[in-house]
Amino acid sequence: MSLDLSTLSVAPKAGEPLFPPLTLSVAPGQVATVMGPSGIGKSTLLDAIGGHLAHGFACTGSVQLNGRDLGPLPAEARRVGLLFQDALLFPHLSVGDNLAFGLSRRVRGRAARRAAVETALDRAGLSGLHDRDPATLSGGQRARAALMRTLLAEPQALLLDEPFSKLDVALRADIRAFTLDHIQSRAIPALMVTHDAEDARAMQGPVIDLTALSPR
Amino acid sequence: MGQALHPVRATLTDGWALRAAVLVTVALGLVLPIAAGFWQTARAAAGVMPAIGFDALSLDPLRALVTAPGFGTALRLTVVTGLGATLLSVAVAVGACAVLHNRMGARAGGRLLTPFLAAPHAAMAIGLAFLLAPSGWIARALAPLVGFDRPPLWITVNDPFGLALIAGLMVKEIPFLLLVILSALSQLPVRQHLAAGRSLGYGRGIVWIKIILPQVWPLIRLPVMVVLAFSLSVVDMALILGPSNPPTLSVLLLRLFTAPDIGQMLPASAGALLQAVLVGLSFLLLLGGERLCRRIGRWWVRRGGRGHSAEPGLWALTVLAALLFGLGALAMLSLVVWSFAWRWTWPDLLPGSWSLRAWMSPGNGWAKALWNTVLLAAATTALSLALAIAWLEGEDRARRGRAGWAEALIYLPLLVPQIGFLFGLNVLFLTIGLTGGTLAVIWAQALFVFPYVMIALSDPWRALDPRLSRAAASLGAGPWRRLVAVKLPALLTPILTAAAIGVAVSVAQYLPTLFMGAGRVATLTTEAVTLSSSSDRRVTGVYATLQAALPFAAYALALLVPAVLHRNRRALLAGDPS
Repeated sequence: MSLDLSTLSVAPKAGEPLFPPLTLSVAPGQVATVMGPSGIGKSTLLDAIGGHLAHGFACTGSVQLNGRDLGPLPAEARRVGLLFQDALLFPHLSVGDNLAFGLSRRVRGRAARRAAVETALDRAGLSGLHDRDPATLSGGQRARAALMRTLLAEPQALLLDEPFSKLDVALRADIRAFTLDHIQSRAIPALMVTHDAEDARAMQGPVIDLTALSPR
Repeated sequence: MGQALHPVRATLTDGWALRAAVLVTVALGLVLPIAAGFWQTARAAAGVMPAIGFDALSLDPLRALVTAPGFGTALRLTVVTGLGATLLSVAVAVGACAVLHNRMGARAGGRLLTPFLAAPHAAMAIGLAFLLAPSGWIARALAPLVGFDRPPLWITVNDPFGLALIAGLMVKEIPFLLLVILSALSQLPVRQHLAAGRSLGYGRGIVWIKIILPQVWPLIRLPVMVVLAFSLSVVDMALILGPSNPPTLSVLLLRLFTAPDIGQMLPASAGALLQAVLVGLSFLLLLGGERLCRRIGRWWVRRGGRGHSAEPGLWALTVLAALLFGLGALAMLSLVVWSFAWRWTWPDLLPGSWSLRAWMSPGNGWAKALWNTVLLAAATTALSLALAIAWLEGEDRARRGRAGWAEALIYLPLLVPQIGFLFGLNVLFLTIGLTGGTLAVIWAQALFVFPYVMIALSDPWRALDPRLSRAAASLGAGPWRRLVAVKLPALLTPILTAAAIGVAVSVAQYLPTLFMGAGRVATLTTEAVTLSSSSDRRVTGVYATLQAALPFAAYALALLVPAVLHRNRRALLAGDPS
């Protein structure tokens, strides 16, 4: 059970690769951090792993998740969860329905699905907010709801795109610990990109600096 | 070396079938018919129309057209009214924007423009005719001041110079241009540039002209060309407000096409081609004018004049805009008042007695026309919306933007004069045995509804945060679930707005309904235009009121439905789905 990148690199069509080939293995429950200045292609790296690359980009190398080659799979079949710096809750759905959207199809029956959503809300300290408009939540509540929505889909790996950068200082430590806790208890590999050294340290995993990999 | 991933293959196959279906639909439903219609028209213009016994190439149709009585005047009138209305509309819209922008919120501005955008051209023209006529409100209001004791002998409607037609076109086109300028402004750092310019000592209006307008122009060039093409070839407004003898070219051609002598179809076809050439030449003129303005503008900017003296001119244009808006509002009101009027002696400002009589006999025609109009509007809007959503979703799935040629394709039906290909198409349909009917009208209207729906939906669709869709994909949602469960609901407001625009465009269609319906599909618009030359203003008022009411109702629904459905969704009510 691990996320394995092997000589992975992304290049715009007919252009230089954005960063040198990256080889990395992330163990279950571990959070690896990729660092680098903005513009170097950190988010594009996550797009390549998650299957969201824009037209005109091509990637070489391979991505394997628990031994499955992700390359030929569309994003929705990869079982790779994604968290952004904005929570990106769906604006037309209530908080609970956002979680239900993520909840795996394997949980069947109205009552069972509702119960699973309520349990997740409780665990995230969001009890009683099932019917709330996501736009009325605080930043911290939104971040926790987004993590719960992602986890309910039972991902086999998690990608974090500067997930804490929009939170204020008081909340950051709290949400970081909450996120790390869940990743460890689910025992899934996670890959985070950030330019904040504090975030990287707090995740306690290996840190890769994209600029320092090797000369371009 | 690791084994290669296959993202390239994946992007090629993503949504491939959807995009192919859209492309085929657009090619067969839009490009091919326009080309075929023009081909047919060109053949007839060159004297070849086997169906009525002409099969030799000749210049006779052109000669017959040029020597037709009133041809020269018609040509001159068309150029003067078409170019005049477009130039004046652009000047007034730009002047009003320079003065009012930042003094009025974008949302308030949009709400003010909506009724004028929604009102069909024909209804507006009939209302203006009611208002401007010697027995209309303006003359009645002046009567006690000037001392008229009977309606003055003004020729204010159907005047031989086409002034009423120019005014009517301006009342409709200025709101449209204001809308496209406002939407272009939202893409530019206007506030910073205004501040920078004013800190250098330039007057607020002149910064707008020297700094903002040159940036806005490339974004509004196509819509201005649409206005130009429309003004040069408009039929319904020209029938109601324009000079009648001789009329503008498009009306002259309509008379020839519908003349009892079917031989007149050949010179009419030559005229339809001429109309297309005229529009093409005016586009060249516009582009030439743009180059010239760029040169003069550069010289003007380098002179460094601070332009405080230009402010009064801009204010004058703004006042003119306000006057035209007032005229439009009164015109709409006079439609309603006339439809309920019974006795209305001169110079009273309101009818002496009111009556529902004009409304009481739906069986005499307006119920049937209303039903036809609603049916056509629903069908064309649904069709256009489905195609627009399929097109935009296809672009999303291919993860690429729109090519320049595709953008031009969308505008194509709005840039070529309707009469140029609709007539040829009608002949083509008749020769292959597809007689005019509701289906042909639905399709012909959709030609003009689809571009507006597509233009209205494109920007909001692209403004939707693409990460919402990615978040859904990472939760295991496939492309169809992402479309139905995430994108469409989040885009409900712009989708309904685009639908309302579609309804307004469909309701306003005159020539496509007349030609493709072979005169047998009666809508509120065709009936209102026919009635406008009759003397009973009450009945005309009923049709025109209904004609204007349908788009208003559609816009109202487009506001109400999201407000109710999303009453608990702040992010969507703010109009910013991100």
